[in-house]
Amino acid sequence: MITLFVKKALQDISDNRFLNAITVVTIGLSILIISSFSLFFINTNALLNSWKQGIRVLVYLKSDASDANRLDLRYQLQQLEDIQDLTFVSKETALDKLKNQMRNQSALLENLKKNPLPDAFEIRIADASRELNAVAALAEKIKTFQQVAEVEYGQHFIARFSHIINIFKFVGYALGGLFFVATLFIIANTIRLVLYSRREEIEIMRLVGATDRFITAPFYIEGLLLSALGATLGVIGLFIAYQLIISKFQTSLSLASLEVQFLTLIQVLIIIVTSMLVGLLGCFLSLKQFLKN
Amino acid sequence: MKSGDNALIRMFRVSKQYASKPAIVNITLDIFQNEFVFLSGPSGAGKSTLLKILYLGEDITDGQVLIDGMNLARIPRHRAHMLRRKIGIIFQDYKLIPGKTVYQNIALVLEAKGLGQRFIQKKVHSVLRTVGMEDRKKSFPLSLSGGEQQKIAIARAMVGEPKIILADEPTGSLDVDAAENVFNLLTAYHKHGATILFATHDKDLIRNTKHRVIFLDHGRVQF
Repeated sequence: MITLFVKKALQDISDNRFLNAITVVTIGLSILIISSFSLFFINTNALLNSWKQGIRVLVYLKSDASDANRLDLRYQLQQLEDIQDLTFVSKETALDKLKNQMRNQSALLENLKKNPLPDAFEIRIADASRELNAVAALAEKIKTFQQVAEVEYGQHFIARFSHIINIFKFVGYALGGLFFVATLFIIANTIRLVLYSRREEIEIMRLVGATDRFITAPFYIEGLLLSALGATLGVIGLFIAYQLIISKFQTSLSLASLEVQFLTLIQVLIIIVTSMLVGLLGCFLSLKQFLKN
Repeated sequence: MKSGDNALIRMFRVSKQYASKPAIVNITLDIFQNEFVFLSGPSGAGKSTLLKILYLGEDITDGQVLIDGMNLARIPRHRAHMLRRKIGIIFQDYKLIPGKTVYQNIALVLEAKGLGQRFIQKKVHSVLRTVGMEDRKKSFPLSLSGGEQQKIAIARAMVGEPKIILADEPTGSLDVDAAENVFNLLTAYHKHGATILFATHDKDLIRNTKHRVIFLDHGRVQF
């Protein structure tokens, strides 16, 4: 019987080619937009996480701190639970590193009479504590230690970046919700139009003893197929756009050591299955109303 | 006189009202197994309404209807197919699906029952042979004459081997020869044991047979 229903569904799709083509393209565009946002979030989250992985807290000592003060501070820092690794960076080592990084502007540093850089401890955070809030709390705690002049962890940049991501997330969810509703109504409307055009046939089917299931099953299959096709089209569109963008900005991305990933197979399947579920729901809404009448 | 307990169709004080207009008024009748009954009367007498009640095309306002022991009032809407599979219905306007071939129109009845394609093929060819339309199985209804379409409608009504055939003015749109063909087909099916309820206002058709006639006027049975 399933074979019969699939055949009927395919026949219906073929009989209403234009209507169904519009439905598929519209769903495809909705999926393209939603999955573009998804791709953006996935990659920016990955970037944020990689920054968090490399997050270092720099604890700058006061300029008048003695060796004994330094040892005290080291001991205090080692007692903290969130710390994975602790390295002392002397002012001399810091200056050498800076000279190395600024090779092209070495003349600026050659004429320094005094080393302006302070001694510092470089802290690597334990995995469990790499959330921004936890790092901020740790920094505040360390600031209270007597020998500490300043604590730096790139907080301003990361906070701003996270804030922007959150705004995009909110917009993405809102748009995603809108497109979900739009896709639902597109499918419901398509099925409703087909039902209306076939109302006499359906009445005859009922009169010869067809069950509601026999009548509605092909429509559900049709809804599933249209949603799956639309979603696949959307994902293909996204892939093409992704390839075009990557090829155009490849040099810039390499210089910035940024790697933009496409959706994984599982993520693509989730998008297609979700679209199919929305299609099924759209069918249900139309058919429920139709059968009631 | 037959006992009502053996009746295949029993109607007891059945009434049907549309808004303020009564269509069927207080009808009590029995139709027995293997009977051929004419349902006669002028246009608007309630013949079609009575037939619609029997296949759950209309609800009744009052009374009780039993078909093959099933109380129609107890059949929920989504189970109406259980009754309709016991009944073959023939309409004046044929009600064939224009987008399906002759074969597909008839096969639909058996597909709806979930039967296999080989069995369906065998049954459809058999019933097409019976009505003499086997060579037109790939044709579409609109390419057939009225008489041919009605033959297909009869074939569709018979293919499920129902106990009961309800024919609502099946010869109403046909010429004399085509009408005679249709009547003969139903008579042949009746001889195989089916119960036929034939609604018509064709007095000549009724006059030429010895079947029982139920005469309706203004929704009431006339004696």
